[in-house]
Amino acid sequence: MTTLPPVSVPEERLDEGPPGRWLGRPTPRLDDEPLLRGSAWFVDDLAPWPGLAEVAIVRAPLAHARLLGVETAAARQMPGVLGVLTGSDLERFLRPLPSVLSEAIPYRPIALDRVRYVGEPVAVVVATDRYRAEDAAEAVELDLDPLPAVPSAHAALDPTLPPLHEGLPNNVASDRTLRYGDPDAAFAQAELVVRARFQQPRSICTPLECFGVLCRTDPVSGDVEAWSNFQGPFSLQVVAAQALGIPPAKLHLRTPEHSGGSFGTKAAVYPLVVLLAACSRALGGRPLKYLEDRREHLMAATAAGERLSEVQAAFSAEGRLLALRLDLVDDVGAYVRAPEPATLYRMHPCLTGAYQVAHLEARCRVVLTNRCPTGLNRGYGGPQLYLALERTMAIAARRLGLDPAELARRNLVPPAAMPYTTASGGRYDSGDYPAVLALALERFDWAGKRARARAARAEGRLVGVGLACVVEPSVSNMGYVDLASPPEVRARRPAKSGNVEGVSLAMLPDGTVQLRTTTTPQGQAHATVLALVVAEALGVDPRQVQVRAGADTAVGPWSISSGNYSSRFAAVAAGAAWQAASALADQLRRLAAQDLGCHPEQVLLADGHARLVDDPERDVPLRRLAGRAHWDPASLPPGVRPGLSLTHHLAIPDLPAPDAQDRANGSATYGFLCDLCEVEVDRGTGRLEILDYLSVHDAGRILHPVLAEGQVHGGLAQGIGMACFEQLAFDPDGQPLSTTFLDYLCPTAPEVPEARTVFVESPSPLTPLGAKGLGEGTTMSAPAALANAVADALEVEEVPFPLTPEALWRVVHGAEG
Amino acid sequence: MKPPPLRLLRPASPTEACALLAEAGDAGRALAGGQSLVPLLNLRLAAPEVLVDLNPLTELATLACGTGALRVGAMVRQRTLERDPLVRRRLPALPAALAHVGHLATRNRGTIGGSLAHADPAAELPLVAVALGATVELLGPKGPREVPAAELATGFLSTCLEPGELLVACTFPLLGPTEGAGFAEAAPRAGDFALAAACCRLGLDPEGRVAAATVAVGALGPTVQVVPEAAQVLLGSPPGPARFAEAGALVGASDRLDPPASLHASPPYRRHLARLVVEEALAEAARAAQAARNGSPSREDRREEEHGA
Amino acid sequence: MTRSIELRVNGTTHRVEVEDRRLLSDCLRHDLGLRGTRVGCEHGVCGACTVRLDGQAVRSCLLFAVQVEGQEIQTVEGLADPEGPLHPLQEAFHRHGALQCGYCTPGFLLTAAQLLDELRAEPNPEPPSEEEIRVLLAGNLCRCTGYGPIVRAVLEQATCAAGADPTEPSGEDRR
Ligand code: FES
Ligand code: FES
Repeated sequence: MTTLPPVSVPEERLDEGPPGRWLGRPTPRLDDEPLLRGSAWFVDDLAPWPGLAEVAIVRAPLAHARLLGVETAAARQMPGVLGVLTGSDLERFLRPLPSVLSEAIPYRPIALDRVRYVGEPVAVVVATDRYRAEDAAEAVELDLDPLPAVPSAHAALDPTLPPLHEGLPNNVASDRTLRYGDPDAAFAQAELVVRARFQQPRSICTPLECFGVLCRTDPVSGDVEAWSNFQGPFSLQVVAAQALGIPPAKLHLRTPEHSGGSFGTKAAVYPLVVLLAACSRALGGRPLKYLEDRREHLMAATAAGERLSEVQAAFSAEGRLLALRLDLVDDVGAYVRAPEPATLYRMHPCLTGAYQVAHLEARCRVVLTNRCPTGLNRGYGGPQLYLALERTMAIAARRLGLDPAELARRNLVPPAAMPYTTASGGRYDSGDYPAVLALALERFDWAGKRARARAARAEGRLVGVGLACVVEPSVSNMGYVDLASPPEVRARRPAKSGNVEGVSLAMLPDGTVQLRTTTTPQGQAHATVLALVVAEALGVDPRQVQVRAGADTAVGPWSISSGNYSSRFAAVAAGAAWQAASALADQLRRLAAQDLGCHPEQVLLADGHARLVDDPERDVPLRRLAGRAHWDPASLPPGVRPGLSLTHHLAIPDLPAPDAQDRANGSATYGFLCDLCEVEVDRGTGRLEILDYLSVHDAGRILHPVLAEGQVHGGLAQGIGMACFEQLAFDPDGQPLSTTFLDYLCPTAPEVPEARTVFVESPSPLTPLGAKGLGEGTTMSAPAALANAVADALEVEEVPFPLTPEALWRVVHGAEG
Repeated sequence: MKPPPLRLLRPASPTEACALLAEAGDAGRALAGGQSLVPLLNLRLAAPEVLVDLNPLTELATLACGTGALRVGAMVRQRTLERDPLVRRRLPALPAALAHVGHLATRNRGTIGGSLAHADPAAELPLVAVALGATVELLGPKGPREVPAAELATGFLSTCLEPGELLVACTFPLLGPTEGAGFAEAAPRAGDFALAAACCRLGLDPEGRVAAATVAVGALGPTVQVVPEAAQVLLGSPPGPARFAEAGALVGASDRLDPPASLHASPPYRRHLARLVVEEALAEAARAAQAARNGSPSREDRREEEHGA
Repeated sequence: MTRSIELRVNGTTHRVEVEDRRLLSDCLRHDLGLRGTRVGCEHGVCGACTVRLDGQAVRSCLLFAVQVEGQEIQTVEGLADPEGPLHPLQEAFHRHGALQCGYCTPGFLLTAAQLLDELRAEPNPEPPSEEEIRVLLAGNLCRCTGYGPIVRAVLEQATCAAGADPTEPSGEDRR
């Protein structure tokens, strides 16, 4: 391993607390070299067992049809084919995957007698290699009797269309109205009521590496061993085991060291683990490998569902936001695949955004469509909420004749109110929202840019500025999804709450530190941050800390909330590592105190040594202490355990299950960001150009400024993609139209502007390091900020979404054409 | 996403390639750069049993500039042509258009002949070839023949190539001393297929009035469309924005167009974009023609001089 | 039908049995064990599979292995000696934070490597502007970084390759 030079100095940070020796500094990533040299192991690189056969999946070509037969005889005869399995072949190995919502919506990883979305698996071809598997997949013939399709959220609300599932009366899987305070009274008093409707199409964060699973079963014990690029939450491991009818301990799930991005999507890998395990069982335990291809991914992997929102906002004459009424319809596709319908409830504690609002009513409907099941996608409910809420605020400002920044300022939760409990039960833990707004306005020159935009418009140019204030929740409360069920139903079930992560930490006899956890990173450099955290606590060089953060459910440590989602890493995983390392440091101090003849509190750990605080010349290398803990346990002082190893689990406090009034603190901690942007719409083509973009972000303590910026910029690029380019489109029969990268447009380098970021740090009082999550904020804010800027540029209240050139051109030129 | 079974044949000469293609009949396809064909194979939207690989045929990869014309072998890579100093000087509209074809890595491999023979109406090369009055050379079992580029495409992704016939070269006439050409397109992102594209040629008389004009557009129908009415309105007066707008409007409204409805643009929007790209291409053509007429070096010349090339 | 071919990759000759239809990307990864070439779409759009063929960046998912016999292929494994220091481009990616998951990285590196070599081959190279770098990289998707650090890393190295000082304002600013 060559020595890598230090990384470049990051952009500016404000209010920075004293950085540690390692934390908060732009040290180089420790995870880069194998990736740069091409030697890193991803799922497609693995061949853990001999005799690995490859799988191709035959998928439904129609969105909705009765499946009358699957003819596999010809396919079985094809060269290299080892087996062709249909739903009926696999039925005896599979139970429906348990659902949060209803038993009446059975979801299996393969269709039995009806297909409900294009791309739903109907048969699995196993062959010596993928080429032959695909040859044979083409030879499988399906006998399908088409049914009318429900291709959109609107259609799902149409009671005349037949239900997707026999056990349901219609396609509304859940319909709850949740009320807090006295919204009716507040609306009655309002001077101004703004009412606005929004529709956001499906999209997908589509990582560059698709899904992959390698799996084998033991024909005797029924144990399943699987490698996949699954990302958690590991509650889904339990779900997968249930679907296979085995105890979770018999489903040994592992992830490779590297995963080519996920952004939530790879939570949806688990049904494929179930499918492959069932196939392996049906084939006597044969090891199988399945790699999803890009077309399968865009057609059938997962998606952020379509969202219909209607917002009513009641304002006083001074622009105080008195109450909100939201009507939200979330399309989850053909099945409610766990953890859905979480998209709809993840933001529930923040439905009032960054504003102080006591009265709230939210109608939340989960609807079924003939499209692939939805799931985690970066932002997860946030972009949907904030587009609706922040657009509504901008419309209100316009009607009130106020600068939108001024309207925001009048309503932001003030610092004195922190910690602030929202109407729906969220507990915003820290932050000075008005100060962040003020800083953002100043840095952006909001007033100046706003005036210049107005002047440019007077000359016929379509220039505008937009603002979005966003509260970014992180570290999900595992119980929030239960809000989808009414309190009386919840009361009958075991409660769920909190969010736990575990770490195992050990110092080897040579002083090397090993840390294991299950955060399944997909590019976020968890190993680097964890090494820095440990190095900080133990006074060692981070390069002496070996981190394994990938999953291995046979080794652990893990918990049902383990994994890489809801931006939980910095708060809970780094926090657990900090606590574990502090405990280990304590052990080392006791050991050293014995050698140095002092009290443990007089020992300082630094530079790989334990030193006497008052006489740093007197020291003992940690290596020696570690050696003693392993080689000479008889010499250990009381309180020091042989082997210098410990496992520690952290649950962030204050995350109870939803209460009987439907109040839930859905996340452990809440960051705040204020995004400002300036755009110009080309009058001729309708094309949107982002002239300037600034994000001021308070995510508590920043553990690593360069990595934090990477998350902010990456999240922004995906927010811009969602706002301007990316859309999973369907025809009226439910056929997906965006199934290649030629049709699903991801922004490329020329489309993503250079954005400015500023970090403000209000440490969270609830997390061990004061850190909050920050990976999703800009994905949540960018669509809203851009839509607001476009509305300003075009001087309209109704803005199409996404902000495609043609859609904007239609606004500019009226409905002609 | 793996290609179906196939045999890849590597002929030693263009004649042998034709023979192999003729023998394979409907089951055979010529493989040039493969930047359009191989995705179709991987997606299993095409399943030829035989691919005749033209890449070994170096004799098809030659570029020759005569007095009046530029002859480009079918296997000349797009990026080679784009970067050729002579082409940049003598026919700058061609590299200007090529810069819009896909991306660096696809232009490195993609060929001129492959793009022409694929006959995608939204592709840049067929449009430029038609607008500049190019001629394509075909070689087949019955010998060679020449076809005007405008007659090559007979419909969406289909050409007049007979079974066993191969496109071996394309010859672009060089522009006259008072002529200029311009290219413009609108696409969703850099490198995407055009939603509307235009390539225009203008010739000026000694008084600086338009004496000859060609207006051609791509991505607005099953094949490249030439719109003579639009060219007509330009004739006889000096080139200028008002005339360009008139020509653009005529193109946008022309019933020669049959713009496809697609995910990223509806027919009316494409017609609107057609106006804009025609105006832009005409403006560029006029600039180039005026520069040529004044004997002042074109932008490309200047650039090269600065580079010391 | 399979045939035996000889491939020259990173200066080493390999003999391998492949079907005619075997994609170069699969051959490199699974037959030769050169896993660093990543596959993101297999229809020529994402750029993850980019390798260099006689110096030119190409999509290995759009080539058949049997087509490239006798040509020199370079993959990410060939950018720098595995035992030695990183290639300056790799080093720049590291310094600028230009990778997160790293899945797109080899494709970006090989695309940029062509650009650097071309600049070095020019008698009087002009350092490319940021805008030009962005367009040159537009055939490679990255879903993690938002491109900024990648563009900065390539711009810095392109500026060096053009013989200019990367700490000076960029080419664009100078114009
Ligand atoms: S895998 Fe070859 S371009 Fe995407
Ligand atoms: S770093 Fe993950 S795709 Fe680029």
